[in-house]
Amino acid sequence: MLELHLPWLELVIAIPLVGAGVVALARDAETARRRAILVGGVTLACTVGQWLDFSLLHTFEAHDRGDVLSRVFGPDAVVIDELSAPLLPLTAFLTLVVVAATLRTKASRFPFAWTLVSEGITLALLSCRAPWGVVILLVAQMIPPFFELQRRGRSPRVFLAHMGPCVALLIAGQAMVDVGGATGPWSLLAIGMLTAAVLIRSGCAPVHCWMTDLFENATFGTALLFVTPMAGAYAAVRLVFPIAPDQALRAIALLSLFTAVYAAGMALVQREARRFFCYLFLSNSSLVLVGLEIATPVGLAGGLCVWLSVGLSLAGFGLTLRALESRTGRLSLAEYHGLYDHMPSLAIFFLLTGLASIGFPGTIGFMGAELLVEGAVGVYPLIGMLVVAAAALNGIAVMHAYFRLFTGTVHTTAISLEARFPEWLAVMALSACVISGGLVPQLGVTSRYHAAVELINRRDRASESPSNREITSRRGTIQPCHP
Amino acid sequence: MTAFQILGTIVVASPTVLVAVLGATTASRWPMSERAIHRWIFSGVLVGMTAAIAVLVLMLLTGDREVPVEFGQWVVIPEEDFHFHMKFLFDWLSVPFVILSYVLCGTIGAFANRYLHREPGYRRFSMCYALFTLGMVLTSLAGTIEVLFFGWELVGLSSALLIAFFHERAAAVRNGQWVWSVYRISDAAFLIAALALHHLKGEGDFDLMMGAGPWPEGVASLTSAQALFIGSLLLVAAMGKSALVPFSGWLPRAMEGPTPSSAVFYGALSVHLGAFLLLRVSPILERSVILSAAVAAVGVLTAVTAAASARVQSDIKSSLAYASLTQVGVIVAEIGFGLRVIPLVHIIGHASLRSLQLLRAPSLLRDYHALENAIGGHLPAQTTGWSRWFPRSWQRWAYRAALERFFLDAWLETIVVRPFVGILSWCDRAERRWTDWLARGRSRESDDVLPNEMVVEELKL
Repeated sequence: MLELHLPWLELVIAIPLVGAGVVALARDAETARRRAILVGGVTLACTVGQWLDFSLLHTFEAHDRGDVLSRVFGPDAVVIDELSAPLLPLTAFLTLVVVAATLRTKASRFPFAWTLVSEGITLALLSCRAPWGVVILLVAQMIPPFFELQRRGRSPRVFLAHMGPCVALLIAGQAMVDVGGATGPWSLLAIGMLTAAVLIRSGCAPVHCWMTDLFENATFGTALLFVTPMAGAYAAVRLVFPIAPDQALRAIALLSLFTAVYAAGMALVQREARRFFCYLFLSNSSLVLVGLEIATPVGLAGGLCVWLSVGLSLAGFGLTLRALESRTGRLSLAEYHGLYDHMPSLAIFFLLTGLASIGFPGTIGFMGAELLVEGAVGVYPLIGMLVVAAAALNGIAVMHAYFRLFTGTVHTTAISLEARFPEWLAVMALSACVISGGLVPQLGVTSRYHAAVELINRRDRASESPSNREITSRRGTIQPCHP
Repeated sequence: MTAFQILGTIVVASPTVLVAVLGATTASRWPMSERAIHRWIFSGVLVGMTAAIAVLVLMLLTGDREVPVEFGQWVVIPEEDFHFHMKFLFDWLSVPFVILSYVLCGTIGAFANRYLHREPGYRRFSMCYALFTLGMVLTSLAGTIEVLFFGWELVGLSSALLIAFFHERAAAVRNGQWVWSVYRISDAAFLIAALALHHLKGEGDFDLMMGAGPWPEGVASLTSAQALFIGSLLLVAAMGKSALVPFSGWLPRAMEGPTPSSAVFYGALSVHLGAFLLLRVSPILERSVILSAAVAAVGVLTAVTAAASARVQSDIKSSLAYASLTQVGVIVAEIGFGLRVIPLVHIIGHASLRSLQLLRAPSLLRDYHALENAIGGHLPAQTTGWSRWFPRSWQRWAYRAALERFFLDAWLETIVVRPFVGILSWCDRAERRWTDWLARGRSRESDDVLPNEMVVEELKL
């Protein structure tokens, strides 16, 4: 396997973890905020560096230069491939914008150090392909939100009631796969356990209530950063996808499809902004799972595209809601707020990211949604149309929230509510990504398609099924992409 | 590059540049002045319209009836035969429609410059106006069903935002939301139809799907059953966009927006888009008698109900909206009966007339008041001979039904909205009970968020 020119992956894991220690030692909240921004910026630069380096290698996967961690934990412990290459900068970018857009007035309440710890764990997770590594990092990822819930004096019972079984199923399922193999007599049970764990972590209905509870009780920033990298989807790709039979994958796809429609409908009846956002996210992230589990190149490519677009657009959408909350407190959707005149740029951004999340033409989500629907309809012609129904409901919900928050009345205030410069900068950066990704989608689609084909080929090689030969012979040698 | 390609590119590029410029300045911290916005709008529309007219002249001179203008593949996955073709089609249907769009958008742009002078939302209006113009141009000239969908969505978004233009009024916003919801349903039908076409034919190019020969002479290469399925979905899409029965309720709601947008969008252009779509896919309609009959029936039903509703409206904009809808119903019926060129001529004539009437509406009221003041009373009510043919009770019933707009919105609310919201609200309550039980107490802080919180921001910060 080829090596990167620098130990980028180890750097992107180490920098936020070490940085978290430095931030924790800060004397006051403002110093902690500045240090966190610096650490986040350096981490982002390193993730972009590894992405560029990886793309210059023209390969499907690569290791770090030197690669100390792999020598200790195995060859797949720290590795970059076409699936994870763009996910690392995305995660680092989201963390940076969340930290940078935290207002000074809220800095004392925001856990900067824990946020960097979470970032380090998430980046390690996304750089890991070894099943046990993924399991351990998934478990580790749950620790910072748990501590935050406790620190804020909120009950972590709902979170634990879901994450506890998730951890147990992950460990038991992976242990059974290790002992019995993916084709042994207990394989179906093992795959079922791993699938159940992934469904819980992804928030599939009816085991999704931990997500709404987290948004209710944790800080918005923490909840946002916990869910937007979609660790559940990553676990599905790494743990379930390579070993599960087609029928099992399609069962997950159907369940995710149900969740997508259910959550889209629930978003419509919510009376509070955070819960609304949570359901909107849940619906869209379920669509990602639908794409991933359809297990056809087009559907999988669509799922991977939507993964990136939803990550970017809904993080921006959530960031806007967070900015609003930091000015007015928790927002009711039962009445109109009329905030447009006070914060037009945030209003436009709210709408833009909301529309991008539903796959509106000209935004980053459009082409992914097209591919996803195409893939879903190809496998289940009638049921796949539910994807379109979910997108339609999400569209209605997004506009409903926009109208409720920004229009409908005259909002009177004695102070300026306009976006501060760091917020404006974060908003502009995300807008640029959302629009440029929509106007020039070919690069992203090619990259995701190659990743999809490689995942399918790898899965087929692992199971040595006849479909492997069919896909390989039909497509010939796939050339690596150049992001 | 041929003359057609250069001109075609200009036709599409001018509204695109307009959107890019206005969008960039709207989002920036340095907004553009009213005068500069007006100049951009004026230039953009003028350049696009001149190029469109030049295309028409060139087509007449060369005798070409169908000129495709290619922009290559926007997205392509060769291994899967998946491609998003950026192609525009200049033919007898699209060229008149795009010129009509430019003429009416240009007229309204000039009118709005004075009508909305120094309005707080002038820039917002301009941005939506530019989006609408781009959407209309893309929809009119689309050479593939995907490009048509692109334009279709832009028209929908800009329309909903314009209806809710007067942000401070809850009614305007509610109506904008209602229209957006109807549009989303029709857009979903459109998207499914586009996907089904893609699956059946492997591509979405109109000239390939509709067979050889320029519009309206193409013959669709679909079976009768396929045509019925896809055509029905496209009919639903057209019903939503053109406010045909049972979606007619959104049209008077759309009049909540400023007069210029009502005139150009819902009175003239937007409301005809459904009919335009049916004309564009007319070869599909011809493959199925049942489908054609359904189109004709929807058109006739819309025309009858809208004509009755128009006669009992008490405000001029609603009255004009229903009068407009009556004609749209007739146009759709014409399409259902197999006519092609007549509906196109009907659309152009009707859109122009209705724009003029809607723009004249505010000053017409003033004239009526002056007239009534001069004669010292109300103008005499005119009765028709129809009243002699129907019993009094029937007349009363018809009057009430027309006044209530045939209860279409109420039916939609009762049959669709309420059960849907009821079920989901029950699920929401069930989730609360479940999380409360898990948390051994109240789990939702959001329940404490009051709708009318009067605390000012300064105190919270």
